Amino acid sequence: MAERYDAIVIGGGHNGLTCAAYLAKAGRKVLVLEKRHVLGGAAVSEEIYPGFTYSVCSYVVSLLRPQIIRDLDLPRHGLEILPLEASFLPLPDGRSLTRWSDWERTRRELETFSPRDAEIYPEFGKLMIHMARFVKPILDMSPPDPGSVDPRDLKELLKLGRSFQDLGPELQALKYKMLTMSAADFLDEWFESDALKGVMSVSGIIGTFLGVRSPGTAYVLLHHYMGEIDGAFRSWGLSKGGTGGVSMAIARAAEAFGAEIRTEAGVSELLMKNGEARGVVLENGDEIESKLVVSGCDPRRTLFGFVGEKHLDEETVRSLRNYKMRGSSGKINLALDKAPDFSCRPGVGRHLYGDIAIAPSVAYLERAYDDAKYGKPSKEPYMNIVVPSLTDPTVAPPGKHVMSIFIQYAPYHITEGPENWPAKREEWADGVIDVLAGYIPGFKSTILHRQALTPWDLEQEFGLTEGNIFHGELSLEQLFFLRPSPQMARFRTPIRKLWMCASGSHPGGGVMGAPGMLAAREILKAKAI
Amino acid sequence: MPVPSPFHERTAKLCTSYLWKEWSGYHAVRSYDTVIDREYFAFRHAAGLIDVTPLFKFDVTGRDAGRFLARVMVRNIAKLRVGRVTYCCWTDDAGKVIDDGTVTCWAENHFRVTSNGPSLRWLETIARGFDVTIRDTTAEIAVLALQGPEARTILQKATDIDLAKLRFFRAANGRLDKCEVGITRTGYTGDLGYEIWTPNENALAVYDAILDAGRQHMIEPCGLDTLDVVRIEAGFMLHGIDYFNAKTCLIEDQKSTPYEIALDWAVQLDREPFIGQAAIRAEKARGVKRTLVGLEISWADLERLFDEEGLPPSVPTHAWRDPRPVFRDGTQVGQATSGVWSPILKKYLALATVNAPHDTEGTALQMELTVEFERKKVKAQVVPKPFFDPERKRA
Ligand SMILES: Cc1cc2nc3c(=O)[nH]c(=O)nc-3n(C[C@H](O)[C@H](O)[C@H](O)COP(=O)(O)OP(=O)(O)OC[C@H]3O[C@@H](n4cnc5c(N)ncnc54)[C@H](O)[C@@H]3O)c2cc1C
Repeated sequence: MAERYDAIVIGGGHNGLTCAAYLAKAGRKVLVLEKRHVLGGAAVSEEIYPGFTYSVCSYVVSLLRPQIIRDLDLPRHGLEILPLEASFLPLPDGRSLTRWSDWERTRRELETFSPRDAEIYPEFGKLMIHMARFVKPILDMSPPDPGSVDPRDLKELLKLGRSFQDLGPELQALKYKMLTMSAADFLDEWFESDALKGVMSVSGIIGTFLGVRSPGTAYVLLHHYMGEIDGAFRSWGLSKGGTGGVSMAIARAAEAFGAEIRTEAGVSELLMKNGEARGVVLENGDEIESKLVVSGCDPRRTLFGFVGEKHLDEETVRSLRNYKMRGSSGKINLALDKAPDFSCRPGVGRHLYGDIAIAPSVAYLERAYDDAKYGKPSKEPYMNIVVPSLTDPTVAPPGKHVMSIFIQYAPYHITEGPENWPAKREEWADGVIDVLAGYIPGFKSTILHRQALTPWDLEQEFGLTEGNIFHGELSLEQLFFLRPSPQMARFRTPIRKLWMCASGSHPGGGVMGAPGMLAAREILKAKAI
Repeated sequence: MPVPSPFHERTAKLCTSYLWKEWSGYHAVRSYDTVIDREYFAFRHAAGLIDVTPLFKFDVTGRDAGRFLARVMVRNIAKLRVGRVTYCCWTDDAGKVIDDGTVTCWAENHFRVTSNGPSLRWLETIARGFDVTIRDTTAEIAVLALQGPEARTILQKATDIDLAKLRFFRAANGRLDKCEVGITRTGYTGDLGYEIWTPNENALAVYDAILDAGRQHMIEPCGLDTLDVVRIEAGFMLHGIDYFNAKTCLIEDQKSTPYEIALDWAVQLDREPFIGQAAIRAEKARGVKRTLVGLEISWADLERLFDEEGLPPSVPTHAWRDPRPVFRDGTQVGQATSGVWSPILKKYLALATVNAPHDTEGTALQMELTVEFERKKVKAQVVPKPFFDPERKRA
């Protein structure tokens, strides 16, 4: 029997959907199989409590590739990104720092902490944007195979090498600093205010099992500036209706190009013929054949889960075991009776219309990491909070609010063992809320409903191995042609006709869509279907 | 969100046009009326009063204050005596300009530097090893500029400082309507004029006293749109428009040297080391690559280009700041960065950065001009600055 599909995409996360949309756009017959009842994976909106829509996992859209928005015509399929206006940092000593899109206003706030920092802040920003310009092309290109003799690959690699040489001696030095230093040490070279350094350094650690003083975290700061230069200016924002809005827009685009999408269709294993992937077996036992399979799940789930260790060579098994997926974060979503009112900056002002960080100092963050290193959730964790209902009227009833709290560190590997997380879940969430309530008087009495997600839950419910939010840490040794391993860097796997298209592949996690797009491009370029 | 200046209570009532802009984080009036003619002619025929509080101000005190500022600036501030003001710029180690402003010596070992951007950190970086204290006084001191031929007469009615004795670029302390003030004979209009410095708490009293004194002398409160016209007539460049702070430039080409912004007269090279000295010296030896010059746009040619489209010539009523390419014989040799029609000179003027050797006086160039959405090149000539330079400025 001839296959009905050119390609089956396992997983309806936003990357799987993006890959499917590009393949369908190129005229291929594509089927997407999603295990859950909703699409989106970690980029999902769900009405968990009646009337309140949570962005259950991912809560801000940052690096969604503008090219994808254009290619798939996503605005026509419902994509709406609402801008974040401010970045608010409440402090336990009663002060606060808000960084606004209005630079002069930001300068005034910074001046109350340090006039010196206020003066150099734009200089730093310019330099970062300048550096980001050299890194950004990497996001939009498939990693070259360093061992390849394909002249196309070599040409790209050369181009990249050349652009790095164009940096000039001063920026070269800066590049090496960023590649080797910790975020906190790097910021120490520029700024003196601890509050500013604390809140800035966290972009170096999100989703990693590293601390702000761990070497190599400086580089990740650059990603924060990338959005500024890719024509998606002001691209940091909230997706209307929750982050699932992004996934749904991509899904509609894929369907418009002819892709077929099924939910509640979990895949249990690959259908193999002569050592090649030729389709999938569903959890209900159904078999579906295809010329090629693309996995939108993480590398370990894909190869250990759908193929099985015993069918893999030693090298593959070892590199997948070494691939760092140790989850370090959790999430709490709340339905609130009223908007939060911070004691250090009373009132429901515009400072809340953005992201709110609990990151009062570098030392606080490093202490939070100390707990995690020894297998405990941070007693006083880093939190990144948004209250999307202030800007988006569709996610909560009038006057009521939803709050999304991203929490780090909540290590997957707790001393009791990860399977004991469920027993600890509510106690952990109580602790987090206690810390937050220290900033928001009367906070607890405004909570109507609480959803707490530990790394264990992220694994069980969303299929994120070890609860890693990015399908593997975004640390230097796991990026570019090292992601997830040199052998699997180019969306290919050791199993013929099995490809990967999600966050475990270059250029990595986040609601970016880049792995999905690049994988589709590679599949088509290789004439694999 | 900009904040109000200490004069806001007064200026807000007078600003019937509701035309405001942001200036270094302050609300600043663009023009009090919807047209700027009244203000412009006040500056040139009577006197205009403008709130310039948003200028950044740094008070430098201590035994080494003069020596320290000599290290920062391209000019030897160590020699600036009490009661004198000077204007200059400062650069980074590579001799690229960071900012420009005035330096006033108010008293023994007490200087005040003004700048366009925040500069505390930069000054402090260099201050290591000097016995100096640097204080950002931007938010503590209110500043008014009273500029125009009647400025002296008006101000003398309100102050006990003998203005007849206060020569060009001098400073004096005294009283104005019971308030302690400092007065400098400086300004950004290229005319007779003064700047009045006073602690914030005196702001409204000083404002009222000056406006009162000027009542019979056609004084007008003026805004930034008018200031932009007169500063071009005076040949004054603007930081962030005609040149950029080297520290936030992305590429070398965006940076300027003191010579390139035509501040050669302010550079004092042969003295104790100062920041950028070696680079500036090397540049001087090598030859300067380009210069900020004055351009006069040919009226006859402008008229011709408009006539080709069947239109009468039209000139801008406000200063423009969108850069326009400048050509010599069809090849681009630079860019004009601000320009304006001068109502009293009856000339169309521009400030332009032009590559050597096309930057010498008298060189015939062309500037891009659009007439009816069509790109044209209008003849323009390199002419000396200031375009407008009345005797009374120094007299
Ligand atoms: C708590 C949290 C907060 C985050 N916050 C942000 C943020 O603010 N901004 C940001 O940019 N990024 C954020 N991220 C990261 C971002 O959400 C992810 O990197 C991204 O959504 C991953 O997309 P993906 O398509 O690669 O994979 P996934 O979204 O993980 O998609 C994989 C899909 O496969 C499905 N699946 C699993 N097993 C099977 C099976 N057996 N059969 C069929 N289907 C299966 C899953 O249900 C899922 O839909 C966050 C992540 C988490 C967890």
